Amino acid sequence: MSSSAALSTGPSPAPRYVEDVIRVAVILTMFWGIAAFTVGVVIAAQLVWPQLSFDSEYITFGRLRPLHTSAAVFAFGGTALIGTAFHVVQRTCRARLFGGAPLGWFVLLGYQFFIVIAATGYLLGITQSKEYAEPEWYADLWLTVVWVAYLIAYLGTVLKREEPHIYVANWFYLAFIITIAMLHIVNNLAMPVSIVGTKSYGAWSGVQDAMIQWWYGHNAVGFFLTAAFLGMMYYYIPKAANRPVYSYRLSIVHFWSLVFMYIWAGPHHLHYTSLPDWAQTLGMVFSVMLWMPSWGGMINGLMTLSGAWDKLRTDPGLRFSVTAVGFYGMSTFEGPVMSIKAVNSLSHYTDWTIGHVHSGALGWVAFIVFGTMYYLVPKMWNRPAMWSTRLIGWHYWIATIGIVLYITAMWVSGIMQGLMWRAYDELGFLQYSFVETVAAMKPFYAIRLLGGVFFLTGGLIMAYNMWRTIRGEPVAAAARPRPALAA
Amino acid sequence: MFIRHSTIEKNVILMVVLTLITVSIGGLVQIVPLFTIESTIERVDGVRPYTPLEVLGRNIYIREGCYLCHSQQIRPFKDEVERYGHYSLAAESMYDKPFQWGSKRTGPDLARVGGRYSDDWHVAHLASPRAVVPESIMPAYPFLATRKLEFEDIAQHLKALRAVGTPYTDEMIANARADLEAQVNPDADPTALEKRYPRAVVGKFNSASAEITELDALVAYLQMLGTLVRFGDLPPDRLRQ
Repeated sequence: MSSSAALSTGPSPAPRYVEDVIRVAVILTMFWGIAAFTVGVVIAAQLVWPQLSFDSEYITFGRLRPLHTSAAVFAFGGTALIGTAFHVVQRTCRARLFGGAPLGWFVLLGYQFFIVIAATGYLLGITQSKEYAEPEWYADLWLTVVWVAYLIAYLGTVLKREEPHIYVANWFYLAFIITIAMLHIVNNLAMPVSIVGTKSYGAWSGVQDAMIQWWYGHNAVGFFLTAAFLGMMYYYIPKAANRPVYSYRLSIVHFWSLVFMYIWAGPHHLHYTSLPDWAQTLGMVFSVMLWMPSWGGMINGLMTLSGAWDKLRTDPGLRFSVTAVGFYGMSTFEGPVMSIKAVNSLSHYTDWTIGHVHSGALGWVAFIVFGTMYYLVPKMWNRPAMWSTRLIGWHYWIATIGIVLYITAMWVSGIMQGLMWRAYDELGFLQYSFVETVAAMKPFYAIRLLGGVFFLTGGLIMAYNMWRTIRGEPVAAAARPRPALAA
Repeated sequence: MFIRHSTIEKNVILMVVLTLITVSIGGLVQIVPLFTIESTIERVDGVRPYTPLEVLGRNIYIREGCYLCHSQQIRPFKDEVERYGHYSLAAESMYDKPFQWGSKRTGPDLARVGGRYSDDWHVAHLASPRAVVPESIMPAYPFLATRKLEFEDIAQHLKALRAVGTPYTDEMIANARADLEAQVNPDADPTALEKRYPRAVVGKFNSASAEITELDALVAYLQMLGTLVRFGDLPPDRLRQ
């Protein structure tokens, strides 16, 4: 690009990056994380003690559940992605954010505004009832505006980069931004009842709506929670480990195969439904194939640690990132297994699905965010390290135990419920009434709640550590541990 | 034809275009044929657009997030068919905006709950689930029984639905309000309503209140779920997709 100009004048001075936006994004990420975990704990408790909705209209499970999922996926995950995307793209392109701080602020704060209007709407019962696409038409329109600004900021920065090559992390972030735009627009096409009202009716109906919704829903997982966080992995793990990415060729192969195959996987959410069989079979086949590109990413992430495994002993932040990649590998194996129709006939509609989602959301997404934040906070606030390494270790173990409690409880309850639904007695009658299966879930719902409390506790420890780090003394410029490395 | 990957890595516009093409293929292959292959929706009789009261009841079902714990999709398994009734057809949700198939059964499937319980059972159960089913973990919805249903703009709802493809006629829209009131009034003449919406269930669903309440609309919706297709007189080849 502009390398000839740079050569003629000698090495150009490092451009001043837009960093305030990233600092605020880091704090907001932590805030939304705590919010999402807290609401999760509340609704887990409601499934053990249903009286906890107190006959109120505003805090029933049905209204809080979208609040929990949106807070986790879009508020916590999304804010982390906006902040890290801006950090990664500026560093790897050695260019100031396109549009500068104003565009950066617009994207970050505009996105926060979207979250707030969507979330308050849920409590008031304003929802499209499409999972992970609950916000109504006005919030969807606003998000579209913000998302286009996000794309412009990102793409503009890549266009004015001073590095000839686009670093691999950027491929993933870009694929995420583009694909989410496509999915969001198609899935949310709707006709409002009134321009001053909240209610709308969607463009699609019945079986086509189901297909489009899960095309969207599964790829919210595929691109929001996977591709984008792989982008995060491709920058922060090599940085924290101070090692190059293991295989450049592998990153090419798994990038293109991942973005191609993910889109096909949606129908595995609709096995044995009224969706025609040919679509279900296509969804299953691609879901199973998806195992390979997913593990390509895992291998590339883990093997980047080659020669630096000792860092796991001394850097508990990196331990989070590496464990995240491990959970990623596990979830992306479990997913293809569950997409096989015979397995799905047992697992679908049960807690097994909930457990699977959480091994991905807690183990992969949240852990890679935690690892990244533990790296980013000292860097962004110019501190020598996190305030307490010991507390990072505590966070790590408490959160890990929480995840294990959560997913094992859901495996047991999910498989048990699936088996109870299909059990027959010796006379050939269904053995259990539905409500007997509900009663049988109770101990596992209690264990899941405990797991959630552990995970939330870990989050609170992290927030405290972060606050102490930010409040602490900055390092003198001369005493910086090492110069900032260009990627 | 063959592009070296290093070319893509140096040209972000090329990369964006190729990514967009790559991510479009799967969706196009899976979604477009569902609109073009006629047999996607089985050719069965009886499925009709929702009555005005059912539309608003369905909106309450959506508002309260019922779909998060209750599916409306019976799979073709022996145990499910025995527990819930005939497996679900695509035709049965053809006017569902959005579909309510659900993804989790914390509570039982509701695809054919219509007619299974009395109106009074639903009224009691929604007000206090554990008074009726002690082991239930469903939240209580006592406020539905007393809150008046807002239906001033019911014709607007039908118009919006028609704009996105639901075949409401001018006559249905013109009579939306009258049809809604007729459906909750057991003393009114239901002939016109039943002509426009065959097999509509008429009654004062929430007997605890003289007003037209949100609970009337919700119970009216629940009581029609899965009742429109008469499977008894259906030749099996009509079910083929």
